[in-house]
Order: sequence, then structure tokens, then C-alpha cells
Amino acid sequence: MADSAQVLYSVKGVKKYYPVKGGILRRVKNHVKAVDGISVDILKGETLGVVGESGCGKSTLGRTILGLEQLTEGNLVYNGTNISGYSKKELKPFKKEMQMIFQDPYASLNPKQTVGEALEEVFIIHTDLRGNERREKVIRLLKEVGLTEEHFDRYPHEFSGGQRQRIGIARAIAINPSFIVCDEPVSALDVSIQAQVIKLLKDLQEKHELTYLFVSHDLGVVRHLCNRVLVMYLGQMVELAPVDRLYENPVHPYTEALLSSIPRPVVGVKRERIRLQGDLPSPTNPPTGCPFHTRCPIAKDHCAVERPKWREIEKGHYIACHER
Amino acid sequence: MIESILSVNNMVTAFKTSDGLLPAVRGASFSVKKGETLCIVGESGCGKSITALSIMGLLPSNGKVTEGSVMFENKDLLTLKKEDMRSLRGNEISMIFQEPMTALNPVFTVGYQIREPLMIHHRLSKREAHQKGIELLKRVGIPSPASRMNQYPHELSGGMRQRVMIAIALSCNPKLLVADEPTTALDVTIQAQIIDLLNDLKRDFEMSLIMITHDMGVVAEIADRVIVMYAGEIIENGTVSEIFNSPQHPYTRGLLSSVPNVDDPDFHLNPIAGSLPLLNEKISGCRFHPRCPHAMEKCKAVSPVTFEATPTHSARCWLMEDEEVRQHGGQRAGTL
Ligand SMILES: Nc1ncnc2c1ncn2[C@@H]1O[C@H](COP(=O)(O)OP(=O)(O)O)[C@@H](O)[C@H]1O
Ligand SMILES: Nc1ncnc2c1ncn2[C@@H]1O[C@H](COP(=O)(O)OP(=O)(O)O)[C@@H](O)[C@H]1O
Ligand code: SF4
Ligand SMILES: [Mg+2]
Ligand SMILES: [Mg+2]
Repeated sequence: MADSAQVLYSVKGVKKYYPVKGGILRRVKNHVKAVDGISVDILKGETLGVVGESGCGKSTLGRTILGLEQLTEGNLVYNGTNISGYSKKELKPFKKEMQMIFQDPYASLNPKQTVGEALEEVFIIHTDLRGNERREKVIRLLKEVGLTEEHFDRYPHEFSGGQRQRIGIARAIAINPSFIVCDEPVSALDVSIQAQVIKLLKDLQEKHELTYLFVSHDLGVVRHLCNRVLVMYLGQMVELAPVDRLYENPVHPYTEALLSSIPRPVVGVKRERIRLQGDLPSPTNPPTGCPFHTRCPIAKDHCAVERPKWREIEKGHYIACHER
Repeated sequence: MIESILSVNNMVTAFKTSDGLLPAVRGASFSVKKGETLCIVGESGCGKSITALSIMGLLPSNGKVTEGSVMFENKDLLTLKKEDMRSLRGNEISMIFQEPMTALNPVFTVGYQIREPLMIHHRLSKREAHQKGIELLKRVGIPSPASRMNQYPHELSGGMRQRVMIAIALSCNPKLLVADEPTTALDVTIQAQIIDLLNDLKRDFEMSLIMITHDMGVVAEIADRVIVMYAGEIIENGTVSEIFNSPQHPYTRGLLSSVPNVDDPDFHLNPIAGSLPLLNEKISGCRFHPRCPHAMEKCKAVSPVTFEATPTHSARCWLMEDEEVRQHGGQRAGTL
């Protein structure tokens, strides 16, 4: 992969299991293997896309990387420092560096607080800016995300979905972080608004040299925005590649199926679609061997037994598949 | 010429609200031919669902069709008695929704819910209905259908629930199926399965389909004809290739260039400025003019009439006035 100098955040063998309790005694009966062994180096200044169907562990991976979930296993190395196992207090300086943008910004905004107050709060916690200085800073921030000074005294419910996402973005960039996990930030928006927000995210990245982990199920948006893409299936990595390689030469049969399933806004071109049989298996009881073997069109007997190794097939292009 | 099975004429649907009576659908006219798939596209709140619910006679209690007609095989559905409309819905027109959980009853088994309409509308015995139910589940691609009959909706995945909804909707052999964003909540691999299924079923059952979606990709895969809605109005109407290959309205063009193309590494995203108007916003002239990059003085003052680009393609935009004069010698289309 790239020189270690370029690595901002190294995610090593990360697992996050949630206990499933049951029975009269509420004993732990089983685990949801939400994230089941992810290793990836996130490079300075890149946008790393994470794609896969709902429930494959994208959001859990994002939260775990930000230290919002306790690791079940693995290591997180941020800018050379291993922060796995750090206490809340020890994490504080790192939390300033890392922020998150959510799919539904409304859920993370206090309905009784004006947007100005909400943004000022970030500066109260993390800086010693006061009074007018702080207000000025918030107004500059509002303008930076395409809002205006008038929005300072308004409440969240007075904003449209797109504007709320701008507020979420303003809050995330307020104290100059280096790394932002964007968890489906445009998925709930209408396409015309979605395009505006994508543009804003791109502009801010350039201006502030941000590194993004961009979680999305929309493969069109991911192609447009990301430099590299990680494909997940049932908590595991199935393919990682530079964006154009992934879209032009998908190698894992799951990636292939995923890409061929996207309806294209083009008429009259017949495309071969790879039909996947059946539904996603449960992450509580994932298939043995390759997690994809139950739906894979090219699976052989050994796929059900052995977990395929993660291997590099061309420079920077990795897959986990026995048959490819 | 293939006859129309449904024709909606200048339909206005309004809601009683605290701001007074507000129109959500402002004079919609379109028709659906036998065996045709019509897609209704547009962003949220533009009136797609309300258009469908107006046709179905299923509007929320504060909503009412205040003008126009909805002709289905020579009957005006807006003048039908409640019970006649109900029986029509169980027999000739069916509807499926984005979230099947809201339409399926959580306390009854799949079997019960699929047998009921067969027993009521088709007077089958319970045993016959059960047998037919299993056949239908099998037809919509549900594995081990007999045992699924005993399951409850929450025990099924989203994709399976949507298949059950489709099976129930098909049980009456409808002439027209209205599908309101049936794949929006599903993952792409499951969405692809459902689109294939709808395409197959349409052919086998010789149905017409009205498909509501906001996804231009889905439109391209399934539509014969497309209507584009903006802020309660139909702003463009054409065959699927006309809409994609020569869109006329700036909003339609904007929509097409707002969706990043998966196959194009250098796709240039060109967002439409501004945001969608609210129902209570007063807008003079063309309802799109505050967001339109081509808006002229006339657009701010006068609501555009409908212009024809071809006999099958029309749009409401003043930009077409000059072109039309050139192409059609000033002839104007009355309705869409
Ligand atoms: N707090 C939690 N407790 C238990 N299970 C969870 C929790 N959060 C997520 N999960 C489960 O983990 C799996 C992955 O979820 P998630 O990361 O949200 O997937 P994605 O974002 O890809 O849709 C799912 O099966 C989900 O139900
Ligand atoms: N019961 C209601 N009362 C008042 N307004 C409503 C009601 N239902 C829908 N509307 C409004 O009607 C407009 C059209 O809604 P709808 O047809 O559901 O949009 P969509 O195109 O997203 O399906 C929206 O502005 C919506 O807020
Ligand atoms: S390892 Fe086997 S089952 Fe898994 S994707 Fe490759 S061929 Fe399919
Ligand atoms: Mg998620
Ligand atoms: Mg709707």
C-alpha cells in the first residue's frame, strides 16, 4: 500500500460484536457480528468509500473508528498513536480531530436550541473563544456551509432537510478536524439537494484538507466522491480498490453483482444483470467459510468451509475470494 | 391505436389545512394505455403519492379532488359510490406501497391476508384460497411458499414483505397496478429482483402499471412513458427515450444532471440551485422560476402553457415557445 507517512488512520483487525440476550436469565445467547475483522489504512486527504447493503456493518465501523463503540477486538492507530483502549479522557484530544456527519442531522440537534446556540456550544467545549468573537466565528461557519447570518436565531424545525444537513456539516467542521466519518450524509435528501450537499462536502475537503470515511449505499455518489472504495458484506471486507478500478474491473462476485444491480438512467442499453438469489443471511449466524457463498453464483464446495484470504491482486486492489 | 385504460383529466386535489385550502395536485392530465408502464417521477412533496391516492379514492380525510375527472374504462371514478370504488379496488385496480409493513396487518399471518381478498372478491372456499395463495407466493418468487403462509409479516425481510404485498395485489388479476415507490426502501440487489418481477408480471398478467419513483435509474429500467412532476404540476410528459434523450424542461434536465452516473468517471455534477417550495408558498408565473437558470421576465409573471415537442412529448416551459413556433408553426397543445 502507500507509504506509512501518508497513513492518517490505521484500522487493524477491528471487530465489533453486539451481545444478543435471551431466555429467562437474560444470558448472552449469541452475538451480532456487526463488524468482523476490518483492516484498512485510511490515507491523509483521501475519501475512502465504504459500501454494502444495509446491515453489513458500515455505520458500526464508522462509530467504532471514532471511538464511540467499545472494540471487541483489534487496534486503532491514529497518526501513529495506538488509541485502542484509551479512556474517555485520553481520547479527548483525538475527538477534536475526528468528527461525524449523520444521515439524519435532525436527530442529533436539540429542538429547543437555536442553531447559533448549538454551534456556539462546540466552541464553548473546545475553545476559549468568548462573546462576540464566538458569535462571529459561528456566523462565518454558517456562511461557509451556504447558510446566512439570519439562520443564527432559528430553530432546527424551521430548516429543510438540506439546510439541516448543512448545519450538521457546520458542526462537524467547526473546530478544524482532520478526519470526518460521513455516514450516509445525503441518503435522506432529494436528488437536487443531494447534489448541492455533495458539492459542499467536496469544496470543504479541498479547502481544509480533510480526510473522509464516506459510508453510503449509493454507488453513484461513491464513484463521484471517493478515491478508494471498501466493499463490505456481513461485517467482512470483500474488496478494496481505487475507485475507477473497482467500477471498471470489479473482481469479487459480490461487487460485480452489486454494480450490475444499479439501475442506470440510460435508455435502450441492455445490460446483463447478475441476479443474486435470496436475502442477506443474519449477522448473528453468518455462513461458514466465505460469508457470500450462500448467494454466490460461482461458489464451489470449499467456499462453504474455508474463509477466503485477503490478498492483493493488482497494486492497491484487494479481494477475499477463492474463485477469482 | 391502443386504447387508454385510465385517463386523468385536469385533476386538482386540495387539502384543508390551517393555511386554508391548498392544492397539492394542480390540474394533472395524463393517460395510461393497456399494458403500458407509466412512471411518475419528481422529488418528495411534488404530489406523486397524492396523485395516485386521488385515483384510488384513498386520500387522507382532509384531502379532496376538487376538479377534473378520472376515467377508468368509461367510468368516472370520482363519481363512484364508496362501495363500488372499494370493489373496484379489490378487483380491477390494486396498489402497493413503499413500506409493506404499513399495508400488511402485523397480527395476521401472511396466509390469512392473502386468502381474505380471494374469499371475499372471488368467492373461493378457504381451501381453494389457500391453494391459490401458495401459487401466488410461488409466482412472486417466495421460496417454500407453503410454510410462509403461516408466518407473520415481521418474520419476513423487507424484500419478502414487498413480494407478499405484490402477491396480494395480484390476487384479483388487476388491469392496473399502482406501485408507490415499491423499491425505495430496499437494497439494490433486492430492488433489482423486484423490478425484474414487476416487469415479468406485467407481461404475464397483461396489466398496466403506474410506477411512482424518484429514482431516474428505475424509470429508465421500467417505464414506457414518463411524467415529471414539480410542485404539484406535471411539467413534462413523454416516452421514456424522449425524457432521457431530449428532456425539454429545465427541471427535468436538472434532475438528470443531479444524479452521479456510476458509469462515468468524470461525471460533472450540476445541482439545481435552491430548494423545493412548500405547499403554502405562493409562486407567481412558472412554479420553477425561482430555481430555473433560464428564467425570463415572462416566467416570473405568467404560468407557462403546455407546448408540444412531438405528438408524444410535451412540457410546460416558456423556453419552448420560440422553438415551437419554429417547429410547429405556432400550434399549441391544449393539455398534456
Ligand atoms: N447497538 C446495537 N446493538 C445490537 N445490534 C446492532 C447495534 N447496532 C447495529 N447492530 C446490528 O449490527 C449490524 C450492522 O449494523 P449497521 O452497522 O447499522 O449496518 P449498516 O450501517 O451497514 O446498515 C446489523 O445487523 C444491526 O442490526
Ligand atoms: N394529509 C395532508 N394534509 C396536508 N398536506 C398534505 C397531506 N398529505 C400530503 N400533503 C402534502 O401534499 C404534497 C404532496 O405530497 P405527496 O403526494 O405525498 O408527495 P410525494 O411526491 O413525495 O409523494 C406535499 O406538500 C405534502 O406535504
Ligand atoms: S469465495 Fe466463493 S463464495 Fe465467496 S465470493 Fe468467491 S466464489 Fe463466491
Ligand atoms: Mg448505516
Ligand atoms: Mg410519496
